[in-house]
Amino acid sequence: MATRTIAEGVSLTRRKRFGETYIGAWIMTIDHKKIGVMYIVTAFFFFLVGGVEALLVRTQLAVPNGNVLTNDQYNQVFTMHGTTMIFLFVMPMLTGFGNFVVPLMIGARDMAYPRLNAFGYWVVLFGGLFLNSSFLFGQAPNAGWFSYAPLTEATCGNGVLCTPGLNMDFWALGILMLGVSSIAGSLNFVVTILRLRAPGMTINRMPLFVWMSLVTSFLLLFALPSVTAASILLLLDRHLGTHFFQAGAGGDPLLWQHLFWSFGHPEVYILILPAFGIISEVLPVFSRKPIFGYTFIAWSGVAIGFLSFTVWAHHMFAVGLPLVAQAFFATSTTLIAIPTAVKIFNWIATVYGGKVSFKVPMLFALGFIAMFLIGGLNGAALAVVPFDYQVTDTYFVVAHLHYVLFGGTVFGVFSAIYYWFPKMTGRLLNERLGQVHFWLMLIGVNLTFFPMHILGLLGMPRRVYTYAGNLGWNELNLLATIGAFIIAISIMVFLWNFIVTMRSGEKSGDDPWNAYTLEWDTSSPPKPYNFEVIPTVRSRRPFYDKKNPEIADWKTATH
Amino acid sequence: MPKFRGVKRWAMLFSAMLLSSILLAACDQNTPSILNPQGPVASKEAGLFWFVLVVATIVFVAVEGVLIYSIVRFRERPNAPMPRQIHGNNTIEIIWTVAPSLFLFAVLIGTIYTMFNLSNISGQGRTLEVKVVGHQWWWEFDYTNDNIVTADELVVPVNTVIHTTLESNNVIHSFWIPQITGKTDVVPGHNNDKVFLASTIGTYRGICTEFCGLQHAHMSFLLVVKSQDDYMSWLHNQQAVAQAPTDAVAQAGMKIFTGSGACFGCHGIVGVNLQSFSDPHANALIGPNLTHFATRTSIAGLVLSWNPQSCVVGTDSSGKPAIQNPSACGLYQWLHNPQAVKPGNDMNIRPLSDTEIAQLVAYLESLT
Repeated sequence: MATRTIAEGVSLTRRKRFGETYIGAWIMTIDHKKIGVMYIVTAFFFFLVGGVEALLVRTQLAVPNGNVLTNDQYNQVFTMHGTTMIFLFVMPMLTGFGNFVVPLMIGARDMAYPRLNAFGYWVVLFGGLFLNSSFLFGQAPNAGWFSYAPLTEATCGNGVLCTPGLNMDFWALGILMLGVSSIAGSLNFVVTILRLRAPGMTINRMPLFVWMSLVTSFLLLFALPSVTAASILLLLDRHLGTHFFQAGAGGDPLLWQHLFWSFGHPEVYILILPAFGIISEVLPVFSRKPIFGYTFIAWSGVAIGFLSFTVWAHHMFAVGLPLVAQAFFATSTTLIAIPTAVKIFNWIATVYGGKVSFKVPMLFALGFIAMFLIGGLNGAALAVVPFDYQVTDTYFVVAHLHYVLFGGTVFGVFSAIYYWFPKMTGRLLNERLGQVHFWLMLIGVNLTFFPMHILGLLGMPRRVYTYAGNLGWNELNLLATIGAFIIAISIMVFLWNFIVTMRSGEKSGDDPWNAYTLEWDTSSPPKPYNFEVIPTVRSRRPFYDKKNPEIADWKTATH
Repeated sequence: MPKFRGVKRWAMLFSAMLLSSILLAACDQNTPSILNPQGPVASKEAGLFWFVLVVATIVFVAVEGVLIYSIVRFRERPNAPMPRQIHGNNTIEIIWTVAPSLFLFAVLIGTIYTMFNLSNISGQGRTLEVKVVGHQWWWEFDYTNDNIVTADELVVPVNTVIHTTLESNNVIHSFWIPQITGKTDVVPGHNNDKVFLASTIGTYRGICTEFCGLQHAHMSFLLVVKSQDDYMSWLHNQQAVAQAPTDAVAQAGMKIFTGSGACFGCHGIVGVNLQSFSDPHANALIGPNLTHFATRTSIAGLVLSWNPQSCVVGTDSSGKPAIQNPSACGLYQWLHNPQAVKPGNDMNIRPLSDTEIAQLVAYLESLT
């Protein structure tokens, strides 16, 4: 109740509008920072859900002939683990950081379309809840996050029942919803970045995180239509009697694979490029140097974006494509490794010659480089087609993708959380707990995923709910499970850190890291209008220039 | 740094344990390791792996080395001056764009060369033609020119080129024998070809590696490699028609098998409900052909092992036929409750009494 005196003796009482209450302010908000925080919190919630699913998988596989889950439950859990981590954790998490940080970094007051932005968030939330509500029916998606037809059809010819239940309907509809959200979000990013930059911030002066968000948004816009189309075709097959993916009726199961992977491979880069951007922001600040080779990092990101549309069939080397086609995709996959290598070298060169302080965001950024390199090398090995015939669909691939997505993206995400947390809340996460979190996670990741390389070489296939005890896979599986629980403990440490910090964390001030970019040149947390005065930009490190006017970049460097 | 002494000891102990467990694991006899190839195709694939491993190790050590050196050497020290603000260097950029390209293209050349030569193998005698059919969840092997069909066991002569055609009428499977050849998917509507050869006599595990539903985990098979002579005698035996049993218990088992609505609705036996291996009615059958069931060594996609010695049919206290040691007999467990052994499989049968199971086992043991 707000009471305000109008004139002596007369008082007027007005009910607070819903949008002014604490809850209402979040639900009704169209502020990019609040929406960003909601994306991040939601994504983290789904990270925990997907993590519990991962622990279930690892518990089932800890010993041979495990019986924690039935085969049907296992299939639902591993499918939802992949689907959740990709569509409900990594994508909304990176979108969340983009939402919070990009307008601040380019000196804008908000995203170009604030209401569309809020719409995107709510669709993600309800899409995610919709997908997970399938567990209430005992019919969660159960055919893998890749959902290969014809296994995903209601019937697959010859009277064979494939997935008659609701499982794949949940998956296809959920993916459609999340696709709508991503399209809205990425359109918004493209327009915001191209139209709302502060005076003087040319494309060539944008922070690299903004560059990578821009490339990612374009990738989403071009990649999502094919998975959207595929999902709709699948729904038509399942419910209206069409036969797009059924060989017996003139359809083709490989159509699904081409449609899915021509989304799916750009998707892989959608999941990692923003993390590249995060690393490119964190490394310079904690090395006290500008990023090395800005232009090369930016344009190698663009090159990766273009090439990512030419490599999809390297997921399909074993399906029997013509050898010439396989040679083409081996070559394009080799090519895409080059810009990735260039990025790694530039990051190391940024650290080299610096004054490196090991604050937690930096630890995660350095961990990212070390782990992502492994994911890059075993990825390059997978492009060696004859070797790929041996290890595709084995645990070797599981090792590869987790070194990229966990060792890469998740380390990048935690780097971002520790780095921008003070900007979002005005408090610094506890340094000591952060270090414990980092080291536990580094050990856990390697203990979990390194043995999987060897499991793959020893012939263990993916997506099996159990395995026999006499095949030499027991010790390594147990090791991987122990590692998974160490990761879980590290996440608990982080959650504890979060609680401690929110209760009584150290106040951060506006610029705790002595950073270079515009988001630090305003209060923590920023006011709804972001900047009192829109800053004018003269170089790639506008806030550095402001703090060091005598040696400002625009005086010494030409860009 | 005395502070780290304890850590170092633990780290060393830990690495030693890790390494030894890996070595132990790799030594297991049954392991279908791709690094223990027993045929030319898998050998070429493994050779390429070692080459890539060497290249990757060099890159790994070099890059992680420079990274760790930079971290240690340029760590923040008290009173250290502000580092030089270097924005980049085009010469260096060109060098480290070209250098990885050279490594990558060396690997690419090896890749493409090996890829085009992978099926380039020669063996003794004629090529063995086999049509491989992936079912949910077992494998059928149709020896096109020899007029026999087997299930879950592909028996081949040593040093002979095997040409397989991979077919499925249900979902996608993938055909893989790690020690003999890499995998090729079994895609409905695409009858992929696969050529390989086994150069050592022995038994190798084959594995389905495309997710194919509830029992994807239990869709393995055996590649049994025999000498030329052993193979020929095996083949002649397989081509024979099943003999009617003489033993009374087995005859009772046969009666159960052919009873109305019983086993033979799904399983064929040449000489009982099939005229020959190419009987057109065989297409209507859903389960494995059992004509020479007693010559197999496993059942249900390698979930259970099977041999007549561990399934001795005797009598129980009341004189009825019974399996002497049911817990050692895989076939007993299977017939007792196939859904408990392999949940979700197509064998939904009425509960059988122990006597009926013993009679059926006796009959199946007679199918040599």
